[in-house]
Amino acid sequence: MTAAVLIQNLQKSYGTVKAVKDISFTVQPGEIFGLLGPNGAGKTTTIRCLCTLAKADAGKIEVGGVSAVNNPKLVRQKLGYVAQEVALDKVLTGRELLQLQASLYHLKKPTAETRINQLVNLLGLTDYADRQTGTYSGGLRKRLDLAAGLLHQPDVLVLDEPSVGLDIESRLIVWDFLRQLKAAGTTVLITSHYLEEIDALADRLAIIDQGKVIAEGTPSALKDKLGGDRVTLKIREFSPTAEAEQAKQVLEGLPFVEEIIINSAQGNSLNLVVTPKSNPISKIEKTLTEVGLPIFSVSQSRPSLDDVYLEATGCTLMDAELAAAGTRDLKAEKKQQMK
Amino acid sequence: MSQSLTPNHFESILSPNRTNNQIEGENFLGDFLQETFALAQRLFIQLRRRPSTLIAGVIQPFMWLILFGALFYNAPQGLFGDNFSYGKFLAPGIIVFTAFSGALNAGLPIMFDREFGFLNRLLVAPLVSRFSIVAASIVYIISLSLIQTAVIIGASALLGAGLPSLAGLGAIALIVFLIVLGVTALSLGLAFALPGHIELIAVIFVTNLPLLFASTALAPMSFMAKWLQVVASLNPLTYAIEPIRYLYQHNDWGLAISVMDTPWASISFAGVLLILSAFDIIILVAIQPLLRRRFT
Repeated sequence: MTAAVLIQNLQKSYGTVKAVKDISFTVQPGEIFGLLGPNGAGKTTTIRCLCTLAKADAGKIEVGGVSAVNNPKLVRQKLGYVAQEVALDKVLTGRELLQLQASLYHLKKPTAETRINQLVNLLGLTDYADRQTGTYSGGLRKRLDLAAGLLHQPDVLVLDEPSVGLDIESRLIVWDFLRQLKAAGTTVLITSHYLEEIDALADRLAIIDQGKVIAEGTPSALKDKLGGDRVTLKIREFSPTAEAEQAKQVLEGLPFVEEIIINSAQGNSLNLVVTPKSNPISKIEKTLTEVGLPIFSVSQSRPSLDDVYLEATGCTLMDAELAAAGTRDLKAEKKQQMK
Repeated sequence: MSQSLTPNHFESILSPNRTNNQIEGENFLGDFLQETFALAQRLFIQLRRRPSTLIAGVIQPFMWLILFGALFYNAPQGLFGDNFSYGKFLAPGIIVFTAFSGALNAGLPIMFDREFGFLNRLLVAPLVSRFSIVAASIVYIISLSLIQTAVIIGASALLGAGLPSLAGLGAIALIVFLIVLGVTALSLGLAFALPGHIELIAVIFVTNLPLLFASTALAPMSFMAKWLQVVASLNPLTYAIEPIRYLYQHNDWGLAISVMDTPWASISFAGVLLILSAFDIIILVAIQPLLRRRFT
């Protein structure tokens, strides 16, 4: 079966900054595929190359077997694109924007009118379609942009960070809609730096870090591959280092404990990897009570996507995010991406 | 929104259209016109909802006419030609200058579209030619200039400058079209070449008034220093102003009649049209690399 989207060894630099070093992944028709990574990992650059907004330095990009480099016009026809920051003309009404969009995709007038009405109804925009988009809330803007991206019935809808800047309710509405879209047979490719978004939506995902794919698969396969359950333990809300070290030494003696990391960023909490189904919590409580250490909190969970990220990069997604925030020059990036 | 959905209903709306797999029956001209018309329509909707640019663009030349007219009110009779008021002398200058200023600003909306990311919306669409983006701006600015020109001609007539003949009016429209086409193309080229709107505004700022004063809009060539005569004779604005001025002064005109004098030659009406057309062609060719850099 031809892949809905095929990206192979993609590379792209802006000036001296290597935004994408080596990214490869395949999106199968009819699935929701997630690109997960911290801000600045190269997700948006990858999407821009896919949507023919930027020219890749090297690598293969295909949509339904059609090369984005050799046949960009056909690729544009097959894709719907919903950008991270919705750019609307605030003077136009929602309907006028959709009419413009329909003309840019060369829909015939009656088809365009039908499609616009259908999508306006479906996305709950009926009351707003004839108002100027300058009056829209963030959620409405996103919904209008979704309608615009879907007018021409694309094979693949590409969404860059669909829930950035949305309130929780709007986010759930968008998620729900994307699931319906998938059910109707449209392939969906989303990027996100929210773990829970990818976990909730994606059939498969690729984790991107510093311009490279570090893992690809279904969420459960990636988690299962890690093995072990996770236990997070806090001696006190903010434990002294000595106490945390002491607890670590004691717990390392337990047979079901595979690994212990002290997370100084989280008030010296202990992150343990334990053998699944070993009923660890009661045993940990008992061991600590014996040596006279208190317990502030203890919880057990299956590995999360964050653990997958942690395993591959040595830091959590949140840490990577904070580190990236300090080094990025967003203004310069915006200039470079300006067409 | 989800509560209004019934499963079998949304499926047909949200499923992909398999005919996307090929570009069906490509109709280049029809598609190009559809794109250009839709993009121009957007600009006209903006104009209708936010008419301040148009209002200012009509008030400003009106004020030029009145203020410059008053400035030279007591100039000796006959200074600007036999039996010829300064108002009549000035009107062609203001017509061309107004059209020129409007055209020079043509790149600003594109620049803002670039900065706000709206241009990306156009560039991810399968336009048959991205030059429809440029074409739409040109159509819009030319229409706007012709509206302004009509208003200035009317206002000048009320102020006593008289009216050219109907054929003369047609010739004025053609000349305004030619000068606006070239300058609009230049501004659009800059809008794609410069890094942001600050730089574009700076360029507009240093071009606009100097080109006015280095043309024959406000004073005849004979008033100028020799070097300025040379500059004015190289200034495209002069080539638009002088034939229109001739139309205001004479009822009998033809392609072969000399309508302007430069320090080195006198130029016929046909010559002026040829020079303005050449100006347009040179600019349209010169901006191609700038557009191609963004469009491919």
